[in-house]
Amino acid sequence: MAWQWFHRLGSPRWFYEKTSAWLPWLAAASALLLAVGMAWGLGFAPQDAKQGNSYRIIFIHVPAAFLALAGYYLMAISGAIGLIWKMKLSFVVMRAAAPIGAALTFVSLFTGAVWGKPTWGTYWVWDARITSMLILFFLYVGVIALSGAFAREQLADKACALLALVGTVNIPIIYKSVDWWFTLHQPATIKLTESSSIDPSMFYPLLTMIIGFYCFYAWVLILHTRTLVLKRESRTQWVQQLLGEGR
Amino acid sequence: MSTPDTRHLPPVSATPADLSPRERRGPGFGALLQTELRLALRRRSDIANPLLFFVTVLALLPLGVGPEPGLLARLAPGMIWVMALLATLLSQESLFRSDFEDGSLEQLTLSPQPLYFGVLAKVAVHWLVTGLPLALLSPLLGLMLNLPAAGYACLLLSLLLGTASLSLIGAVGAGLTVALRRPGLLLALIVMPLYVPVLIFGTGAVQAAVDGYAYSVQLAILAALLAAAAALAPLAAAGAIRISTDS
Repeated sequence: MAWQWFHRLGSPRWFYEKTSAWLPWLAAASALLLAVGMAWGLGFAPQDAKQGNSYRIIFIHVPAAFLALAGYYLMAISGAIGLIWKMKLSFVVMRAAAPIGAALTFVSLFTGAVWGKPTWGTYWVWDARITSMLILFFLYVGVIALSGAFAREQLADKACALLALVGTVNIPIIYKSVDWWFTLHQPATIKLTESSSIDPSMFYPLLTMIIGFYCFYAWVLILHTRTLVLKRESRTQWVQQLLGEGR
Repeated sequence: MSTPDTRHLPPVSATPADLSPRERRGPGFGALLQTELRLALRRRSDIANPLLFFVTVLALLPLGVGPEPGLLARLAPGMIWVMALLATLLSQESLFRSDFEDGSLEQLTLSPQPLYFGVLAKVAVHWLVTGLPLALLSPLLGLMLNLPAAGYACLLLSLLLGTASLSLIGAVGAGLTVALRRPGLLLALIVMPLYVPVLIFGTGAVQAAVDGYAYSVQLAILAALLAAAAALAPLAAAGAIRISTDS
């Protein structure tokens, strides 16, 4: 009885019907938070003492980087749930999370490069954090490539879940080793700004943006999952009925 | 009650009851290792190709960057390691292929012995016929690339430890892609990000040795990575094989 909700969660149809009600709220929340955060961060937050206005890209860069990493764990955990409880829906969530996570990783790398030009004088630096993000991007690309290689969806689901799990075990090791590698090779000319002490007038808009990005991520993930659910279940009765109503 | 008439059934040569307990358990780790090694040693060209690749590509390096001895000495640790990594990777594609095609991989998954040991035996043989010769060949290449004398012992040791980890990690990718028709580039794509820690500590050790520092820390970390890979990678590879043979 206590597990009933859990089994219901595994039903694509239940998910599709339930999330129909959530979508407008999530869309409104993410639009509102992103608009407020963006206006606050770009228009009203004070200039940085050293970097001037160029620091303002932090309001995109940091939330994207947060979600890029969180998205990988979400992908791996839903893959693990799929492997352990043989849950159809969680495989679909995993497949939907891969391209979104890869896109966010790319956004954080791109904004980092744009930010690097005025700050460090160069677009690309082999810094520990940048390099780790690049490898995270490759891990995402690997999962996407593997998912595209199989003709049978079920096989692709399981293979991707396993690869995502192997990647999860490796992420801390990769991060630590890249960190060690960087301290060994650190070029003397570049000094990274310490992000630990951030002024509240900059922190609150950043926090708004981070929460806004989380809402946006949830919204996009649910949208993408719904599309994949419809695609996979296109032969079932409920989808046929749904499409019939739409016509 | 009479016994059922079985004359119309084909004769059964050996029912499980006729087998000795030893035969019923299926081939153990030692027997598998022996068989695999014998098979590998019969395919001479499969052993020679990674080594020839290793030597040929490294011969291209001076042609690309110029024959200046100082520059080559500077590049030698990294280049030898990257090429050893690529040679291992390229040979990994065929790790489970022929066994998958003739069905013996599926037999292995049905064996009462844990699949972990079957995978471990295959990987051990793969290392014996690629990683070990690559490591033994590396001092010769170091000589051609003008590697300083202090680096040789460390290069050999780091490659001995590191290529074993690479073989183990690559086995996961080989298991995931064995059911695909042309896995070559895809295998490289999904496995290479996972190779990063081994590469960093491998080249780090050789560079430290060349610069005259102690390198036991890096070798210890490489050994730790090998221990972790030996414990976990065959499990993941066994899972991957079960997924791939499930079709």
